[in-house]
Amino acid sequence: MGLDIKIPIGLLFTILGLLLAIYGLATSGDAELYRRSLDINVNLWTGLAMLAFGVFMLATSKLTSKKEE
Amino acid sequence: MELSFNLSWIDYLIMLVYFGFVLGIGWTLKRYMKSSTDFLEAGRSIPAWITGLAFIATNLGALEVIGMAASGAKYGMATVHFYWVGAIPAMIFLAIFMMPFYYGSKARSVPEYLKLRFDEKTRGFNAFSFAVMTIFASGISMYALAMLMETLLGWDFNFSLLVSAVIVLVYVYLGGLTSAIYNEVLQFFLIVIGFAPLVILGLINIGGWEGLQESLVEVAVRNGYEGGAWSHSWKYMGSTGSNPMGVEWMGIIVGLGFVLSFGYWCTNFLVVQRAMAADSMAGARKIPLIGAGPKMFLPFLVIIPGMIAIALTTMPEAGFELPLKGNSYDYDKVIPVLLIHYFPTGMLGLGLTALMASFMSGMAGNVTAFNTVWTYDIYQSYINSNKSDKHYLRVAQLTTIFGVLVSIAAAYMARMFNNVMDFLQLIFAFINAPLFATFLLGMFWKRSTGHGAFFGLISGTLAASIHHGITAPAGAETLVKGGWMGTVVHTYPSEMAQNFWTAIYAFTAALVLTIIISLATRQKKSDEDMKGLVYSLTPRIREEGIVWYNRPVPLSILIGIMAIILSIIFW
Repeated sequence: MGLDIKIPIGLLFTILGLLLAIYGLATSGDAELYRRSLDINVNLWTGLAMLAFGVFMLATSKLTSKKEE
Repeated sequence: MELSFNLSWIDYLIMLVYFGFVLGIGWTLKRYMKSSTDFLEAGRSIPAWITGLAFIATNLGALEVIGMAASGAKYGMATVHFYWVGAIPAMIFLAIFMMPFYYGSKARSVPEYLKLRFDEKTRGFNAFSFAVMTIFASGISMYALAMLMETLLGWDFNFSLLVSAVIVLVYVYLGGLTSAIYNEVLQFFLIVIGFAPLVILGLINIGGWEGLQESLVEVAVRNGYEGGAWSHSWKYMGSTGSNPMGVEWMGIIVGLGFVLSFGYWCTNFLVVQRAMAADSMAGARKIPLIGAGPKMFLPFLVIIPGMIAIALTTMPEAGFELPLKGNSYDYDKVIPVLLIHYFPTGMLGLGLTALMASFMSGMAGNVTAFNTVWTYDIYQSYINSNKSDKHYLRVAQLTTIFGVLVSIAAAYMARMFNNVMDFLQLIFAFINAPLFATFLLGMFWKRSTGHGAFFGLISGTLAASIHHGITAPAGAETLVKGGWMGTVVHTYPSEMAQNFWTAIYAFTAALVLTIIISLATRQKKSDEDMKGLVYSLTPRIREEGIVWYNRPVPLSILIGIMAIILSIIFW
């Protein structure tokens, strides 16, 4: 099939990861917001994890397409 | 705790981006949909790791996520039996023994295999019951999701129902099975990333694994069991009275492990369809095993949250409250209530997106399986045969719309008449329970005949309904729970125990009667007809020269050992 599924997965995780991480950074001083998550900035950490996974997916998809060429 | 939360722009933005991507995948795949094979069988060309994840993602629908967490709270660690005793051995069996016949026979669906192996009436019975069942299953899960959104977020029932249905409709309509499978992989990763932080936060809150076990001792004692009843999987399975599930090891191994799980994972077209979309026989056999790897660890994602939720009820200082339904906990609310309890704005959007993703992967699975069975096994077989492939492609696309519309109707029906749905699910359980016996005999005993299979299946279904009619779980109030024949000859300690034993009786009846009737009737299929369909008439698959990690047997042994190790750790 012509579509490499790693590309949309990579893109989605990169975009959502960036969104969450930036939102997490911007709200990092908001103690009230993060009280429910036990004073942990879950937005930032989850965002970074998603970003890492997204970039990994994109990187491996590019590598495989190079090999095929 | 009041359920206070604020969905803000960031939460909605996350949901919108996700919706955009699932629709985008469907849109991109649209131009590849040239034949009915592309649309209904994904052109049999998808790499194994993708279908392997789709294989378990389609089963990770919202009902499973919500239901497994509910069981985790209600029964504790013993819920893992659905995975380590139930799913894993069945997936191994499917890969090693059954996939060669499904994939090798060139059947396009599970009912079609039954036609090739047995006869038209066996196929017809399976195709019709399966089609009705999948459509109602997708309607029930739509109803469940829309109800959750309504009670927790105050979203309009009609709104969330229609939005989720339309999105699934559009991406399946555009890209068929390929689109469903690709989206299932995306949804799988989203479900993991959306729920994993919940488990981590919950464990931190409760003092780690040790803290969780200590709190669960209190839960067990409070309910009148020994201290470890909530935190051990096997230790309290010696008798039905010592664990909250009300089952013993025999019911677990035979009822759940053998009959129910093998029946589900090996004969349900919903999951088997994913493996049949593989690009090669080796791929098809690897798919259930690739799925089994992550499947083994899903309990940590879906069952542990339930255990955390019930443990938190012993810690008033955590400020967590599980909503009540009558005078017991409303276990189905575990996941959403935990999401709202721990996730701040932003993460909450992601968690809700994960919940919707799980709903969509389950529903799309039902819709695609329905499409194939309807188009090939009902429409092409009984309504309009010998048309061009273009015609069947068009029919398959229109069937997507039809299927989703009927699901929506079923969802509203579920809302109006709760009992009708319970009743329907019961009937389906009766039909499913004996199915594995039919396949087992069909694939491994060449003497089994069409009449044997058909009447064996019917008598298995009858046995299930009679067993259900003369037994009841303790405390049953409605006839849907059992005892509808008026006299109750046996009372099971729990509904789950009753289900397990209903399945065992149905399976045994189907097995015995299929054998007897087969011996009494003539085999109409010649050995040549059954080549590739029956074990003894099919050439062995040669796998010399394939590295060990690509061969099903070594992979299965590895997975089996891992599941046993997990069972020992969480004994």
